[in-house]
Amino acid sequence: MALQVLTANRLRDGAVVYLSPDGSWVERVAAARAESAPEAVARLEAAGRAAVVAREVVEPYPIAVEQGEDGRLIPVRYRERIRAEGPSIRLQCDEEAA
Amino acid sequence: MYRYDAFDAAFVRQRTEQFRDQVARRLSGELTEEEFKPLRLMNGLYLQLHAYMLRVAIPYGTLDSRQLRKLAHIARTYDKGYGHFTTRQNIQFNWPALVDVPSILEELAEVEMHAIQTSGNCIRNVTADHYAGAVAGEVEDPRIWAEIIRQWSSLHPEFSFLPRKFKIAVTGTTHDRAAVKLHDIGLVLTRDAAGAVGFQVLVGGGQGRTPMVAKTLRDFLPKERLLSYLEAILRTYNLLGRRDNKYKARIKILVHEVGIEEVRRLVEAEWEAIGRETSLDLPEAERARIAAHFAPPDLTPRPAEPPALVEALATHRPFRHWLRSNVKPHRTPGYAVVDVSLKPIGGAPGDMTDAQMEALADLADRHSLGEIRVSHAQNLVLPHVAREDLPALHRGLAAAGLATGNNRLVSDIIACPGLDYCALANARSIPIAQRISERFADLDRQADIGPLEIKISGCINACGHHHVGHIGLLGVDRKGEEAYQITLGGRADENAAIGRIVGPAFDADGAVAAVETIVETYLEERLGPDESFLAAVERLGLAPFKARLYPDKRAA
Amino acid sequence: MPLIKHGRFAADLWTVYADDAPLQPDIPAVVSLARFLAQRAALTASALDLGVRLEPGEHPQALAEALDRLALVQLHFPSFTDGRAYSYARLLRQRYRYRGEVRAVGHVLRDQYLFMARAGFDAFETPPGETAQKWRQAVRAVGPAYQPAADDRRPVWAERRTHPERAPSQ
Repeated sequence: MALQVLTANRLRDGAVVYLSPDGSWVERVAAARAESAPEAVARLEAAGRAAVVAREVVEPYPIAVEQGEDGRLIPVRYRERIRAEGPSIRLQCDEEAA
Repeated sequence: MYRYDAFDAAFVRQRTEQFRDQVARRLSGELTEEEFKPLRLMNGLYLQLHAYMLRVAIPYGTLDSRQLRKLAHIARTYDKGYGHFTTRQNIQFNWPALVDVPSILEELAEVEMHAIQTSGNCIRNVTADHYAGAVAGEVEDPRIWAEIIRQWSSLHPEFSFLPRKFKIAVTGTTHDRAAVKLHDIGLVLTRDAAGAVGFQVLVGGGQGRTPMVAKTLRDFLPKERLLSYLEAILRTYNLLGRRDNKYKARIKILVHEVGIEEVRRLVEAEWEAIGRETSLDLPEAERARIAAHFAPPDLTPRPAEPPALVEALATHRPFRHWLRSNVKPHRTPGYAVVDVSLKPIGGAPGDMTDAQMEALADLADRHSLGEIRVSHAQNLVLPHVAREDLPALHRGLAAAGLATGNNRLVSDIIACPGLDYCALANARSIPIAQRISERFADLDRQADIGPLEIKISGCINACGHHHVGHIGLLGVDRKGEEAYQITLGGRADENAAIGRIVGPAFDADGAVAAVETIVETYLEERLGPDESFLAAVERLGLAPFKARLYPDKRAA
Repeated sequence: MPLIKHGRFAADLWTVYADDAPLQPDIPAVVSLARFLAQRAALTASALDLGVRLEPGEHPQALAEALDRLALVQLHFPSFTDGRAYSYARLLRQRYRYRGEVRAVGHVLRDQYLFMARAGFDAFETPPGETAQKWRQAVRAVGPAYQPAADDRRPVWAERRTHPERAPSQ
């Protein structure tokens, strides 16, 4: 099975988060806990369901990731890359701040 | 414009408090996400790709400077310093925290705004011609009726759990700027042979995966009977609209499946019965009370060609472009309606920063009686500007990055948020719009090309109105890659038509190049500068465009 | 399911029968529309208190001639998202002038009470844990009503004319 991490949105502010090795939810996909064995992925999903009940996150689901050249985790699908990195476009407010 | 009385104010405050309680119940676990979702949607709150998104209603696209300043404040305080104007005359904030939303709604209520029914399977924010009350030739100001519908539809006890969302648009002129033929109900103010004012009622228009142009349900409805007639249409739809498949649940499918004659028979029978049971239609005094809020401003005619304008025209090229494309005739001599472009070359269509909102609010106070409009093309409008003020206004707009002279030209692109923000999208829209805009950056070239509406949607839900773009681009997922299907010949005006697909989809680079190829083909084939892009497509058909876009295929 | 009727908890005296279940004497009976129509003569001639349960898609017109004989009409919400019963309730009250009990059953959530009460429901099968106080709060959550419906609220446009002082204070 391909390498998977568990992602969701945080309930309070909607931020994109990933389940980390210590069980907390972090905003960087690179810090996520990645698993490939089906039973380990099932445990990620179970942790996601528990976090929904605990009102930490909403809509958890596993996504496929791969390791980049520097070993960092990168989502496979472009949708998830955009989700991980933010809008692909330069924002006018960024421009003004620059 | 309409101002709340104590009842309206109490309504919005109580609705805000109700949502505060709902959010608290969600955070405490009393409500599950499944139970909370429809409640937050009925207050305009989505969960998008990166964050929550709050869609704030701008009823019939009318704002005053005080409200625009409040939107700037919300963008700065609760969001990332910008907002996005949509194709339904609303504004979206892309990054609010759930816990802040009750406070945002409370701040909106302070300036008579809300997010009620900007989502959900209910009657959505009513839209209208963005030039309403400012241009000649109106039967009546459509905003009077849009406000009457807004009030009637707010927390309607019968129509808040419809088969699907329901959109109503109103126009006061025969030249349609509100895309009424692409709404669930389109209302065209008109007069009968005796001169009485009423509506032509259209039903069953819409975009999405089954685009349809609305059909005429009734040629003439006396205006005072509007609400009972709407109630009859909505009840017919609520009872008979399909609920087994969300893609077949809009009223356009009901009209398509049972036929317009049968829908007319059902609606008329329901209307007759309702008329015997209750009095839903507003009394004359209440209609007059609402209409008085939209009384035309008391403007004294001014010189049409004041010296300052003549001089700026002679000496300043950007001003010339802007005057030609963004300045429209007003009903009062010596005044103008000014389109404020939210489409700077290379910008994200419809985005506006907090600083720009404040700058425009100041300019509206100085030059447009404090009034601002939002157009469905994701631009803003200053509706009442004296022509002698135009040079000063242009300078002010230019300083804020709002003076691009491209209204209805090739870089005035409609684009939905696409995959950069939207959880439903298959492909990005904004970067494609930005690249097309940059290709055609030269305003002289844009002026030579003439009116050309490009519309881009990131998925088949068609928020970017691609079906009715002169050139439409639809983002699709082609085996894990973003690709774009191109249509030609769509239009959203009184002669509304759905564009036709030219052929297989292109990747992002190919799509941008294809748009340029299409424009070049038009320039070569047109009878002259007076033949617009749309007229040329309608005359030529797709063949010459296909031949250039797919040279290997020999026009099939 | 706790039953709230006219704003108070009430004992539910009714039994909903499956179509093939024999009716017990002296127990108020709720039957399906299909059973009611099939056994109409016998049912209406009996001494039983009678109620009918309508599912989405079953227009109350089918009962129009028999409403005098019915003490209860249940409108079933298999899912709260199916809003047809709001139209049925208004039709029962406003078109067929039904004065008996109109009860919401099925997937009934607190945030729908306001819509339901305005559409003509006067009894509610509520989720476990509901209180009469919360029910009243929910029904009063938003006071001003912009449109006449099947309840006794006067629309805002009428209040503006005759009782401007009734605008809720802020």
